[in-house]
Amino acid sequence: MSAESVPTQTTPGAPAPGVASILRRGPRYGELIIRTVLFLAALLSVLTTVGIVASLLEGTLEFFGEVGVGEFLTGTEWSPSFTDPQFGVLPLVGGTLLITAIALIVAVPLGIGSAIYLSEYARPRTRKIFKPILELLAGIPTIVFGYFALTFFTPLVLRDLLGMEVQIFNALSAGIIMGFMVLPTIASVSEDAMSAVPGSLREGAFGLGASKRQVSTRVVVPAALSGIAAAVILGISRAIGETMIVLVAAGLQPNLGVDPREAFETMTAFIAAQGKGDVPTGSIEYKTIFAVGTTLFLMTLAMNALSIRFVRKYRQVYE
Amino acid sequence: MSAVTGAADTPTGGLSGDTRGGGWKDVVFRLVLLACLAAGVVILGVLIADVLIDGIGKVSWDFLTSFSSSFPKEAGLESAIMGTLFLMVVCAAFIVPVGVATAIYLEEYADSTRWYNRMIEVNIQNLAAVPSIVYGILGLAFLVRGPLSLGPVVLAGALTLGLLVLPVIIIAGREAIRAVPPSIREGSMALGATKWQTIWRQVLPSSVPGIATGVILALSRAIGETAPLILIGAATFAAFNPDGLDSRFTAIPFQIFDWISRPQPEFKLLAAAAIIVLLAILLTMNGAAIWLRNRYERKW
Repeated sequence: MSAESVPTQTTPGAPAPGVASILRRGPRYGELIIRTVLFLAALLSVLTTVGIVASLLEGTLEFFGEVGVGEFLTGTEWSPSFTDPQFGVLPLVGGTLLITAIALIVAVPLGIGSAIYLSEYARPRTRKIFKPILELLAGIPTIVFGYFALTFFTPLVLRDLLGMEVQIFNALSAGIIMGFMVLPTIASVSEDAMSAVPGSLREGAFGLGASKRQVSTRVVVPAALSGIAAAVILGISRAIGETMIVLVAAGLQPNLGVDPREAFETMTAFIAAQGKGDVPTGSIEYKTIFAVGTTLFLMTLAMNALSIRFVRKYRQVYE
Repeated sequence: MSAVTGAADTPTGGLSGDTRGGGWKDVVFRLVLLACLAAGVVILGVLIADVLIDGIGKVSWDFLTSFSSSFPKEAGLESAIMGTLFLMVVCAAFIVPVGVATAIYLEEYADSTRWYNRMIEVNIQNLAAVPSIVYGILGLAFLVRGPLSLGPVVLAGALTLGLLVLPVIIIAGREAIRAVPPSIREGSMALGATKWQTIWRQVLPSSVPGIATGVILALSRAIGETAPLILIGAATFAAFNPDGLDSRFTAIPFQIFDWISRPQPEFKLLAAAAIIVLLAILLTMNGAAIWLRNRYERKW
């Protein structure tokens, strides 16, 4: 570019190529084509969503051609492969919610506690050590967490160390380990929200004689509350959608109870287990994948929409 | 943990934070916070130690170069390693151009006041949080069966994983492009370059390290995904290496899942050995990403 523009300065009479391109009128077809290609690439993400919705919807509609919506949503028994099949999705939803709740009991306090420490207390050097460790924890494939829950946490920690009478597949172990899977998400999103709280708020509180603990709990956390809420909702969404931990460690037993020592089946685990055994296209077993998939998709979608709203709220206040 | 005893370590700490207002409560509060952080670290440490103790004895050259077998003594990981390699190469060939093109479009071209551009942005945000098993359903209904009917082959698996991690690469790419200061673009345009010449010769070369980091992170997410592969129908018993896009395949995380699911305890140890291999690959990739970021990132 610079080589072309040099002559313009020495020979003012002749229009240089650079000037010509500025004066040029009419469309540049090359640029237009590039722009169109880039737009099409961006459109692929929209098509992905359309594809997801379309494939879920088609299978779900076929499913509801054979099973009543009321039976699906309010039935308390799930046994699609029995000779007298029952299609009540509540046991799967219940299993999902129970394990999600256990995961949150672990992840919310630990995640928010970690976030307060990293944002308010840790020196830069301490942060430099702990942040990559949390990232590492976030990067562990969930099948590895599943292995850990099944072969270490259930037999050695829950049974031997704590002396609990748990089944080998149980909701407690899967839920606790899932809590550690979700922890980095909650910690890092909450920490972002806390770091976005302006220093002047802290300084004002310190000026009034507050201690660091009081500043953290009465100024920073309330000020970052919508961001923390977004973090927790994002955590819920990840826990609901997690497959491998529950498939490996929670069992495949539809269960509407609340005793976490028993085996449960979640929506995700059902989909995976059903999809694994090469079910024929068009069979009712095949269609259940889509009906349960739609239920799962709608639940996570609602969580995400809620989370995005909360994130927008704290951005509006401080940025 | 020297941080426990240090007072007022951060710039936001103000005056001497520890001495005022109920001293012991503050100390306890700080210890509780540190314990929260330590819990995550401890679990990570115990998990890695457990996997190493279980599996390190099984990791050997024979293990890496044998096919799967119903005899745990002879079973190895070769077909899974080759399958993962095939998946990642095809996946990268798909997501790098599409992801970077999307990032360029959104950062350089899109007018964010237009409804369709806003829709694309919100859509990518939402896609990033769709459970991976739902992508598996998409792959099953659209790629393996249904409209494309590719069958349970490498191409179907790689495209499904690609769609799953596309948001990762788009978000990283956008950040890298945004980090190039506008003055660079203005300088280029002032010299008569067209918009695309500016992007291709100025913006993209400066943002390559950030984009490359995003690619590695996206692939390291894809490499550990199991759930979509279950629905795609990865081969549970693959005594062969994939040899093309239309070949059946297995992958390391899927092989781990298969071994965990078997009742014999010997297979659990094989699963641990395979986890060691998987974690080693992931650690290498993440190390490469951090190195890239530190080595080539430009401060403007």
